[in-house]
Amino acid sequence: MTRRLLALLLCLPVPLAAQDRPVDQGIRIGIAYNPGVRPTLLVLPQAGLDSARAIVARDLDFSDRFEVVSVPSGSSPAGPTVNYRQYRVYGAQYGVDVIRGAAPGSARVRLHDLAQGKVLNEQEAALPDPSAAGFRMAVHRLSDEVVRWVTGTPGYAASRLAFVGSDGRLWRVDADGAGLAAVTAAGERILSPVWAPDGRRIAYTRFREGTGAVLVHDLLTGGRTTVPGTATGLAFSAAFSPDGRTMAFARADEDGGTDLHSADVAAQCCVRRLTVGRFADNLSPTFAPDGRRLAFVSTRAGPPQIYAMSADGTDQELLAPFNFGVDGPSNGPEWSPDGASVAFHREIDRAPQIFLLDVAARRNRQLTSAGRNEDPTWAPDGRHLAFVSDRSGQRQLWIVDIETGRVRQIRTSAAVRLPAWSRRLGAGTP
Amino acid sequence: MRRFTLLLAAAVAAGACSQSQPETAPAPAPAPVDSAAIRAREDSIRAAQADAERRAREEAERLRREAEAARAQLTADLAAMVHFDYDQSAIRAEDQAILDRKAAILAANTAVRLRISGHADERGSDEYNLALGNRRAAAVKRYLAGRGVTEARMDIVSYGEERPIAAGQDEGAWAQNRRAEFEITAGGADLRAPN
Repeated sequence: MTRRLLALLLCLPVPLAAQDRPVDQGIRIGIAYNPGVRPTLLVLPQAGLDSARAIVARDLDFSDRFEVVSVPSGSSPAGPTVNYRQYRVYGAQYGVDVIRGAAPGSARVRLHDLAQGKVLNEQEAALPDPSAAGFRMAVHRLSDEVVRWVTGTPGYAASRLAFVGSDGRLWRVDADGAGLAAVTAAGERILSPVWAPDGRRIAYTRFREGTGAVLVHDLLTGGRTTVPGTATGLAFSAAFSPDGRTMAFARADEDGGTDLHSADVAAQCCVRRLTVGRFADNLSPTFAPDGRRLAFVSTRAGPPQIYAMSADGTDQELLAPFNFGVDGPSNGPEWSPDGASVAFHREIDRAPQIFLLDVAARRNRQLTSAGRNEDPTWAPDGRHLAFVSDRSGQRQLWIVDIETGRVRQIRTSAAVRLPAWSRRLGAGTP
Repeated sequence: MRRFTLLLAAAVAAGACSQSQPETAPAPAPAPVDSAAIRAREDSIRAAQADAERRAREEAERLRREAEAARAQLTADLAAMVHFDYDQSAIRAEDQAILDRKAAILAANTAVRLRISGHADERGSDEYNLALGNRRAAAVKRYLAGRGVTEARMDIVSYGEERPIAAGQDEGAWAQNRRAEFEITAGGADLRAPN
């Protein structure tokens, strides 16, 4: 009953800050952690395309790369040729506007250097009607371009998070909290979802009465394929290799151990055992972006900790240092898109907290301390992490900028767990 | 002579009385008297038979119930859960008797198959708890195998923290949730008590 009620709550349309509400008006004084590094960006007023501009303004704010400032509502449009002197009063380095493109049904996003008074970069893209399904993602892709023009690295707005709801179903939501939708049918219990690099498929464990197969779910067709080697028993914590061909997963054995295996999911063959635990468990694999190494959890030293090995199972070593008998269990590793760090959670005073391992220096850094924080997953920009936190009283999705420490919540109504962030979703992904 | 006359008169009177008696009080018809007695006797026999039958039925019912209770007890003994310490899969000393009893019942009922499921409390990572549940189920299976139960008769599965039996976020609830459960998957219909 409770579960059904929660499921119902989860299905209710969630009021989304950016969808209908205007962006903060006027000049906002933010907490500037790195004032010299974080430039101020002014969103210029233009006629029409209000919802697209609101989405861009919020995406740029959420990128945590800018101090975003908006011109008060009611200001007259800047027009195609911007009178830069008019906007110098805001003290912003950059200006961004969204205007109609030359082609019908298109939009143009422009990045201005307000000090030098010139257009630095611009891009035109087909924009579906605001009521159409692809509208928000098309706008997000424009926002990500603006971030790339300024920082050299695209933003993460055109991406989605998958997670397991309290109803056991797999859900997905846009990175800005919009577009919450169920992926799997009611009645199924889903565990450990993970996105394929193509953004078109999600793999997960379908849990049934103590057993579970790893399925690859095609989001476009709805078709599902069972990963070789997982049809019987319990297989979980699947991970795609960066090229999407290989899947690593943990399998619980009859002798009580849990070990890592891999399978070729392109040719649907070639199951290999990667670890031989005997009296230890090995689980939760994650590929380095070069596909050559895997980080994973092992209990070989007692409590679960983070280890690494070559993708073929050789050359195993401790990855995240820990003080034996002092540091708590460590779980849920995910290798960053740039390969430089591995995010995981470690129990401190019996509450999990998010940690970052600097892979080259082999140093851990604790990111969170309030409440229980677990299961970190990387945004495609390699700078943001989503994780599950109960700091608001219920397990919800939170996003942290690891550079500034700024956090925000994605509201999903019911409790959530096991989030997985997609790569950037190009045009044509479902 | 006078005394004789008196006696005679008394005799005559007595004779007159004895002669007149059948006429003044005719004997009752014998039939009604006889049928009531017979009916009473038959009723009594029937009652005694019904009583005996009822007692027999009750006795049979009692035996059936006792057998059923004994079987239910055997089933309950097979299903009795064992519990684990936090993040541990070792069989607790106080739970060994529970498993020894299962081993004895399984020895007397060779058709019985068991499905052992390992469970974890909600603490710890969701995925790690799946591995932990599997280790707990396997520890139970190993213990029973050590008591002579053929491994092929036991399947293990893990629920991790997916199926708690106690709500609440305290040690009381967690302790109940760290458990192994037993399900009879075959041969559980007519359990025989171990000798």
